Amino acid sequence: MNEAPPSRLRKVSPVRRLMARPEFGSLAGVILVFAFFAVVAGDRGFLTPMGTVNYLEVAAQLGLLASTVSLLMIAGEFDLSVGSMIGAAGMALAIPVAVWGWPMWAGILLAFAFAALFGYLNGYLVVRTGLPSFIVTLASLFVLRGGTLGFTRWITSRTRVSGLHAYAQGDPLSALFSGHPLGVPISIWWWVLLTLVASFVLLKTPFGNWIFGAGGDPRAAHAVGVPVARVKITLFVATAVSAALLAVIQVLDTGSADVLRGELKELEAIAAAVIGGNLLTGGYGSVIGGSLGALLLGMVKQGIFFTGINTDWFKVFLGTLLLAAVLLNDYLRKKALEATR
Amino acid sequence: MTPLVEARGIGKYFGPVVALKDISLRVLPGEVHCLLGDNGAGKSTLIKIFSGVFPPDEGELLVEGEPVRFQSPKQAMDRGIATVYQDLAMIPLISIVRNFFLGREPTVGWGPWKRFDLRTAEAIARRALSEIGIEVRDVHQAVGTLSGGERQSVAIARAVHFGAKVLILDEPTSALGVKEAAVVLRYIVEAKKRGVGVVFITHNVHHAWAVGDVFTLLNRGRSMGTFRREETTREAVLQMMAGGEELASLEVELAEIARTKGGEA
Repeated sequence: MNEAPPSRLRKVSPVRRLMARPEFGSLAGVILVFAFFAVVAGDRGFLTPMGTVNYLEVAAQLGLLASTVSLLMIAGEFDLSVGSMIGAAGMALAIPVAVWGWPMWAGILLAFAFAALFGYLNGYLVVRTGLPSFIVTLASLFVLRGGTLGFTRWITSRTRVSGLHAYAQGDPLSALFSGHPLGVPISIWWWVLLTLVASFVLLKTPFGNWIFGAGGDPRAAHAVGVPVARVKITLFVATAVSAALLAVIQVLDTGSADVLRGELKELEAIAAAVIGGNLLTGGYGSVIGGSLGALLLGMVKQGIFFTGINTDWFKVFLGTLLLAAVLLNDYLRKKALEATR
Repeated sequence: MTPLVEARGIGKYFGPVVALKDISLRVLPGEVHCLLGDNGAGKSTLIKIFSGVFPPDEGELLVEGEPVRFQSPKQAMDRGIATVYQDLAMIPLISIVRNFFLGREPTVGWGPWKRFDLRTAEAIARRALSEIGIEVRDVHQAVGTLSGGERQSVAIARAVHFGAKVLILDEPTSALGVKEAAVVLRYIVEAKKRGVGVVFITHNVHHAWAVGDVFTLLNRGRSMGTFRREETTREAVLQMMAGGEELASLEVELAEIARTKGGEA
């Protein structure tokens, strides 16, 4: 027992290292799906710049949500209310501007403030009651959607507010959330920016380490001094604000807000996060993975269109893909935990 | 010598249940204080008071001679009291280095560019682990790939590195095999040599006797006495842990059952 123990360090090949990363499954999936559509639909416009921008824009809308939803999932919680928030934040912008005559920038600020407040409320309820966030945010999904519908109909007697393009002219804030800088839709820029920022926070900051800790084992994290409640509440605010960001971009793009907007987006965002290797039970995952998951779903959604197959089939692909991805990620994660033994 | 921590007449109640009553205890630097007792004796309640999980209802807690009243585990940690829980030592899915610095990450940069200095963290973790004699393969591997003994050892190394003056170990060896337990016991001695006061909770008399300087026995929330190693014997400690007279009466009872059953057959 007294002699120095032999070194148990083993050289691990770079390929193995890559495979042990949580986002590996989604990266492989993106490459596979891209190759598939390039072969099947390459001559029908999938590979053209327009086709590319087309699926990237679809991916971006989901990816905006997926990056913050991934962070929250790694912290061990869900937010099922992000879909409803897209409708609600859109109305929080549209009604004051179109009905009450607020300037556009004030409407945008209100949308974000409302989302931040509501996200805080979600987080506070989850942390204080100790109830599963699945239940708490399922409740807020209904309350928020119903509230948006009720309030909008009460104020406008309709479920849709349109004609907002006129108000956006020359507004200082709306320029940030609309247009095509360098020919690329603004949503794609925001998607890339948000992914990079969220990934930086997760991997390179103390707060990111707390996210892993809070999701991995909240009691253990608390015992070593991690402010678990604050971490979770902050992330609930982040998911709600990212939903509001998507809502603002959509409203400025289409010139209208609709109470039904964003329905089921919460589940698509969770699907993207899971495809990206984020563990449903928390403590493990990657923002890049979640974004790749969104890219994958965007590609499939638009790719099907290019192949000429009826897009009604999209959800079949989505479901199958989700299941396959989870099985693959599960297998890879087990491998990763064994790899160095 | 001023005790690192001292409990004076501590009592704790959970509704009608008397969890602890009139417990006094001193932990000196460089001393391993074994806390013995059956399940439900109040060991966990006592260490939770030491580590700031909840305050006592009666009595006083002193750290280096100064009365304290902890509101959170963080406050206890700030006073140099580190607790390593059997099941809460480490988070399996995240890497050794991330675990090591969880809640106390070194940073570089300023303002929004303030970031987790992983390079420094890696170097420190590697050094701290090798100083205490732990051979790690890769500090970026998930803690889940470590064995139970290694996890406890890393947790102890972490506590010692962050300047723990008092190390509270809640049954660190109970889920471990013989060799694994030996590894952990060696780190306990290592920590003691550095002048750390150790509170060691265990059910295993061999483990207690191997490293203990002082033994305090709890039974149903009350102290059955504190004995220094030189004043007692291993057999006496074993007797204390097993519950002494209760065990003797149990033997009589069992013999009685065996006799009557034998009679029936």
